[in-house]
Amino acid sequence: MEGKHAKLERNGIAFAIMILFVASLGGIFEIAPLFTIENTVEEAPGMRPYTPLELAGRDIYVREGCYACHSQMIRTLRSDVDRYGHFSLAAESMYDHPHQWGSKRTGPDLARIGGKYSDDWHVAHLIAPSDVVEGSVMPGYPFLAETRLNVDVLPASLRALQRAGVPYSDQQIAIAGRDAIAQADFEGGFEDALWERYCENVQVRDFDGDPSRVTEMDALVAYLQMLGTLVDFDQIKVEEIAR
Amino acid sequence: MTRQLELNVALLATLVVFVLGIAILGFGRDIGYVLHGWIIAGTAGWGAMYLINRLSDPAPSIPLEYKDDVIKWGVLACFVWGVFGFTIGDVLAWQLTIPAFNGDMSWSNFGRIRPMHTTAVIFGFGGNALIATSFYVVQRTSRARLASETAPWLVLIGFNLFVLLAVTGYPMGITQSKEYAEPEWYADLILLVAWVGYLWLYMATLARRAEPHIYVANWYYLGFIVVIAMLHVVNNLAVPVSIAYPKSYPLFAGVQDAMTQWWYGHNAVGFLLTAGFLGMMYYFLPKAAGRPIYSYRMSILGFWGITFLYLWAGSHHLHYTALPDWVQYLGMSMSIILLVPSWGSVFNGLLTLNGAWDKVRTDPAIRFMMVAILFYGLATFEGSFLAIRPVNTLSHYTDWTVGHVHAGALGWVAFITFGAMYKMVPWIWKREGTYSLRLEAWHFWLALSGTLIYVGAMWNSGITQSLMWQTYQPSGAFTYGFIDTVDAMRPYYTARAIGGLLYLIGALIGAYNIYMTVNGPRVTSQDADARPLARPAE
Repeated sequence: MEGKHAKLERNGIAFAIMILFVASLGGIFEIAPLFTIENTVEEAPGMRPYTPLELAGRDIYVREGCYACHSQMIRTLRSDVDRYGHFSLAAESMYDHPHQWGSKRTGPDLARIGGKYSDDWHVAHLIAPSDVVEGSVMPGYPFLAETRLNVDVLPASLRALQRAGVPYSDQQIAIAGRDAIAQADFEGGFEDALWERYCENVQVRDFDGDPSRVTEMDALVAYLQMLGTLVDFDQIKVEEIAR
Repeated sequence: MTRQLELNVALLATLVVFVLGIAILGFGRDIGYVLHGWIIAGTAGWGAMYLINRLSDPAPSIPLEYKDDVIKWGVLACFVWGVFGFTIGDVLAWQLTIPAFNGDMSWSNFGRIRPMHTTAVIFGFGGNALIATSFYVVQRTSRARLASETAPWLVLIGFNLFVLLAVTGYPMGITQSKEYAEPEWYADLILLVAWVGYLWLYMATLARRAEPHIYVANWYYLGFIVVIAMLHVVNNLAVPVSIAYPKSYPLFAGVQDAMTQWWYGHNAVGFLLTAGFLGMMYYFLPKAAGRPIYSYRMSILGFWGITFLYLWAGSHHLHYTALPDWVQYLGMSMSIILLVPSWGSVFNGLLTLNGAWDKVRTDPAIRFMMVAILFYGLATFEGSFLAIRPVNTLSHYTDWTVGHVHAGALGWVAFITFGAMYKMVPWIWKREGTYSLRLEAWHFWLALSGTLIYVGAMWNSGITQSLMWQTYQPSGAFTYGFIDTVDAMRPYYTARAIGGLLYLIGALIGAYNIYMTVNGPRVTSQDADARPLARPAE
């Protein structure tokens, strides 16, 4: 062995190629099959791409680095399931570019936070967390309620996601900005149109308690309120998908 | 490569980056992004002007000496980013103790500045330490001058431009949220340009070597450069929204994105924070101790073991998640086997000190390196242990992981770096030794106590919190609400912040010691060995 290695040590290019070859094996055998093995991501009725307002909220979630303290991945452990709800399915993050599974729970898991608290609770909590939960170490986000949401970028955002494989239609992309405003119920009466374009599980209302304008708070609360609510667990047999 | 061709390639790369900067500042519609456009265009524009001016210069005569000027700037960058990154880290620790320190402003909140800390220490401090020492080591072990006069500067400036864009982008909300790969596409492209230059430079310098064999330290540095290139490209594949915004969406989603991310994340640890610094150990430890490496065979096994196994281990970050079980079990198994080559390197390092153990007592730099190896042994054992699925149910999502990472980062990465820097700085500046051994010792003890307090606090807080999360009452209800487990963290978080502060004070003393060393008197006697071997005219 040492003799052969001594030869390799005399050839820089061969050495570098050998490193690349040996190091690439792990990825080839562990990651590549995840794209080809069909049951990696199971079928889950109710899954749909994010609406423009939810996507804008998700972008804010990413921008503020919420994933540094909150996971979105309920593991198949009893203490996880009892505290946070049904364990997360791979399908539930199939449109997540990037995933927000997280690595640390300084705060609780948020994979199924949707519907657990009222909009008012979320708004008050985001503005001043320790006023709502005594002893919380979470920073406040009062600026979200004061910042008008930039909806101009949304068509380009949906287009980029479409290129990455999310099934947005060209129509959805074209009117993404208007759909975002409509979902925050700025003028009212767009519920049916949004349900038709996305799904009937889209929540349409004024989220931030300020109906006069669409803020970043509207978007973030819309996102939080839909987290984990899409898949209807009554419709699927858990035994079939449980591993 | 001839000088003209080299200058032209460097100029082309610089102009490409310049055009990118101009496009960003011209089309950008986000203030932070436009600011980045100005920084990129300014740096690249200045570089291009400099290179254009050099094109018409007559070829300068290259002295028969090692090219050390660029290394000196790398040392400076290493310490500047180090002190900056440690400071932000301690600010974050205090934010968790006293939440009012967040300020509740967008740019000052924990979530936005946390990646400033990780990027500044991993890439700014660690990356610059590796670039600087790798330039030093490859020249000495090859008995050859760096293969280019231009490329080393391009690599160092390009890399630090990347770190600057990353660190200034986060507080302005520019991030793609992939841990340790947060910078957006345009910063990633600049790193790619610098990294290709780094790989070429390293290979070209090795090709000039006067020694028949490539020394083991270079294997590790080469492993670091090659694997980081692969990881960086694959993990950062993304679709930018438009040239008007910094935002992009990663190409992969959900489970595939998570696996790719932790394949990257675990191997940023494996190849930047481990392989690169093992390269540092394999040169500076035997050199400082005056002893040869204990075992050549162990070096070979350790190197290829790490290069093969590390890339399989990333899935242990995703135990019990929606990632298919077979990947989780495979990752766990490989993580456990990984202990063998890791501890092989530990013993190879420690046994190298045989016959020179007295120096551990008298020379703080060697003490730094010795303790670094011990922490490396501790952190790799802990890593394999935490990768075991049942253990992971206790440790995952808690501060135990944070403590584990800091045992490696503070105890191994930074200790081996400080040890190597205390040796290399007097060598390249031609000084008798460091300014003060007493200050070196102060730095050592502050850093060691800071690390122990930090890691001990995180072990306690992690295990406490996890046990509280899993405690049931006989009725089947949870004993503790989530906020109860947050309250229980307070004493540990305070202890951690104090430990971090001690570490920071130590680093400041170290930086002062290095500064005074550089300002000290020069030694006139020149070691005849410290030159490249003469080569026939090319």
